[in-house]
Amino acid sequence: MPSTYTLISSNVLTSSAASVTFSAIPSTYTDLVLRMSARTDSAPGNNASYILASINSTTTSGSFTVLSMNSASTAAFSFNATANTNWLGAANGGGSTANTFSNVELYLPSYTASQNKPMSVSSVFENNATAIGSGGPWGAFAELWSNTAAITSIAMTLSGGYNFVSGSSFYLYGIKNS
Amino acid sequence: MPTTYEPIATTTLGSAASSITFSSIPATYTDLRIVFVGNCVSASRYLALTFNADLLTNYSMTYLAGDGTSAVSSRRTNDTVLYSNNYSGSSITIPQMITADVFSYAGATNKTTLFTTASDKNGSGTTDVAVGLWRSTSAITSIALTYVATANIAAGSIATLYGIKNA
Repeated sequence: MPSTYTLISSNVLTSSAASVTFSAIPSTYTDLVLRMSARTDSAPGNNASYILASINSTTTSGSFTVLSMNSASTAAFSFNATANTNWLGAANGGGSTANTFSNVELYLPSYTASQNKPMSVSSVFENNATAIGSGGPWGAFAELWSNTAAITSIAMTLSGGYNFVSGSSFYLYGIKNS
Repeated sequence: MPTTYEPIATTTLGSAASSITFSSIPATYTDLRIVFVGNCVSASRYLALTFNADLLTNYSMTYLAGDGTSAVSSRRTNDTVLYSNNYSGSSITIPQMITADVFSYAGATNKTTLFTTASDKNGSGTTDVAVGLWRSTSAITSIALTYVATANIAAGSIATLYGIKNA
């Protein structure tokens, strides 16, 4: 079989942006992979912001369960939410080590299937600091978009209303299973 | 280098089935990846892998899971199948996605697998990461997916096997 993993679209910011959107996503693939490297313009005291995703312009069809750890606690912790956007990991904030961007991968299988859409997120964000609350989260996110429609758009913004800074990069890939 | 990440086989269940099996797996790749999206016909079951029809106690795994309240970790040893996760398990109505990365599957060492399970159930459920071990130096030529404790994989479930080459 031919190899798969095709770049559908990319966006590397050359100036700050409040949102990044992939629209008109073709239905010709089986799965989607979204890879991001992001930083925000949040205030110096803010080390990270969450990346929020509105799928097909919905804001209450998302739910998620998160497993994470950061330097605010010596133990891993977990939280969840419903009736929300989907959270796609974290971006380094203005208070984190300079020139440092987070690393996030979203795997979205069967994005055109007529069923609710489970997806996984792996998010890493390191900050070269030891003070409590100054470090990453590393996180594994189980996401669910409770909608049976095919996914045609993904719009990303940041918690706190911050902007993605120049140099943040976003790549959307399509994978075919045959 | 040539591009890699090739689909080897895919199965979409038109009706519930006890297993999905990938057989005659070629030895021409370096690593394998399985992507599964689907349900079990029963709740609280765990998707498991069997390599080369080996049903002896040659499998073990260690997992880390978050359930929205707590982070937990545990392990299983001397199993007859390789569990992909072992915390809250399946839902009858909400599909879960599980990826399994099998490294150096054709090599002459014991086989390590990295699992990711995304099983959010809109107010419950878990996210899991796990590492599994099959204590066999044989090349992997078949992989069977089942749910344990025994229950059928639901109709509509999809499993795809990909091959990844390192050169």
